[in-house]
Amino acid sequence: MVYRTRYITQGIAKVLIWIAALSTIGVMILILFQVLAEGLPVLHLRFFLDPPKSMGREGGILPTIIGTFALTVVAILFATPLGVGTAIFLREYTRESRISRLIRFGTDCLAGVPSIIFGLFGFVFFVIFLNMGWSILSGGLTVAAMILPTIISTAEEAIKGIPPSYREVSYSLGGTRWQTVTHTILPSALPGICTGILLSVGRSIGETAAVILTAGSSLLMPTSLFSPIRTMSVHFYILAREGISIEMAYGTGAALILLVLLVNTVANWLLNRYIRRRA
Amino acid sequence: MPRETKIVIKDFNFYYQSSQALRNISLTIHPREIFAIFGPAGSGKTTLLKSLNRLTDLIFGTRHTGTIFLDGADIHGPQLSLTHLRRRIGMVFDLPTPLPLSVFDNVAYGPKLSGTTQKRRLAEIVEKALRAAVLWEEVKDRLHTSALRLSGGQQQRLCIARILALEPEVLLLDNPCSGLDPISTASIEATLGELKKEYTIVLVPHTVQQASRVADRAGFFLNGEVVEEGPVYQVFARPKDKRTEDYVTGKFG
Repeated sequence: MVYRTRYITQGIAKVLIWIAALSTIGVMILILFQVLAEGLPVLHLRFFLDPPKSMGREGGILPTIIGTFALTVVAILFATPLGVGTAIFLREYTRESRISRLIRFGTDCLAGVPSIIFGLFGFVFFVIFLNMGWSILSGGLTVAAMILPTIISTAEEAIKGIPPSYREVSYSLGGTRWQTVTHTILPSALPGICTGILLSVGRSIGETAAVILTAGSSLLMPTSLFSPIRTMSVHFYILAREGISIEMAYGTGAALILLVLLVNTVANWLLNRYIRRRA
Repeated sequence: MPRETKIVIKDFNFYYQSSQALRNISLTIHPREIFAIFGPAGSGKTTLLKSLNRLTDLIFGTRHTGTIFLDGADIHGPQLSLTHLRRRIGMVFDLPTPLPLSVFDNVAYGPKLSGTTQKRRLAEIVEKALRAAVLWEEVKDRLHTSALRLSGGQQQRLCIARILALEPEVLLLDNPCSGLDPISTASIEATLGELKKEYTIVLVPHTVQQASRVADRAGFFLNGEVVEEGPVYQVFARPKDKRTEDYVTGKFG
């Protein structure tokens, strides 16, 4: 009898776990299917290469693609050195101490702040106080602050996972602390750091609330870092929210999803090549 | 005639946070000899090796008293460069520790860090070091594959080549044959015989038998103390201390 109950419990657990796993895929497929089904008919080559006409009712989305790309690059370029530097400081240059606990507490708090608050902060600080206006730079810096906690914690995890013997070897071969970081720690932690960057790229591309307040919503082609832009997510939001064109909104959404898939695929391919070369 | 000395350890005590790992160690190691440090696990052998090139500095909350001299200079002295000390005293660990780089880049790691960038010069250094570690013939056709793909014995000889590339004066070998099969062990022991002609070697042997095969002199460690030291034939064949005799004959350990 005992055997029978254990057998049944085992069976139920198995079913529940399968349901949990499959529903994750299910949700993903549903979203993808809906957006792509509505959006794909709009996607022609011209949609990617033309500027929008009459507020986005017609034409393409080229300036928003450029804007999204520029904003993401700025955010990553600022957040990566800061985040990876913080992780190196926490793991290689200090032990568990008051200052390291304070930094970790700060990162955790930052991670919990809603994006609209980052938007307000960016608006008040970058746009108004530093007089950078609605621009790629203001938006990029705001998003950089937002993705910083992700980059710090993934980089720290990656560095934590490096076998202690690598460090010992590097020091025993006469390496200084900085040489050990650049020659051994960073190359070994690179795959983990890249995973964090990829997550952050996804967040930068998808962020709407913080970006609309700091980068603006201009549909003009940006000409410098100080140009206002409209990212694809913001474009999608405005098209749908203001009832301009649901059709074009879905087109933008589908383009957005394809873009994220492309970035992830290419990055994973590069990462796997790097990992295989070292093993 | 008094023999030359390479390393002189004087009244050395070493403490981890709350426990004492080494007690009043005094030892003299001569140039171009193999000195074996043997004893049961936890007797302080590794701690002593790591104290010699100050890898113990990496461990939090340690302290020491007493002095260690290398060629008459205090290794804890203020004018001593730590990176220079570690280049002069190379260390091989008990498990093979190849870095996740190619065979070539593993051996070139040290020279690169100390500023050798010229490709041809690096290639010369790498070949010479691999030959000295008796590994060249086995890896010369795959210098650019990952070192992680070598066998255990090859990896350990690679680690030896890696420190030889820095042209050190002293080699610290912490049980370099642990986890190796008898054939790999024999190849490492043969390599040690060659290296002895040029280098001073401090070896933690895998077994008492290994110590008697390769070492010139030996010191028996127990609970952080040197119980007895002297020429290998004396320590193993006619130990003065009862504890050494019991360990050598296998009564405990």
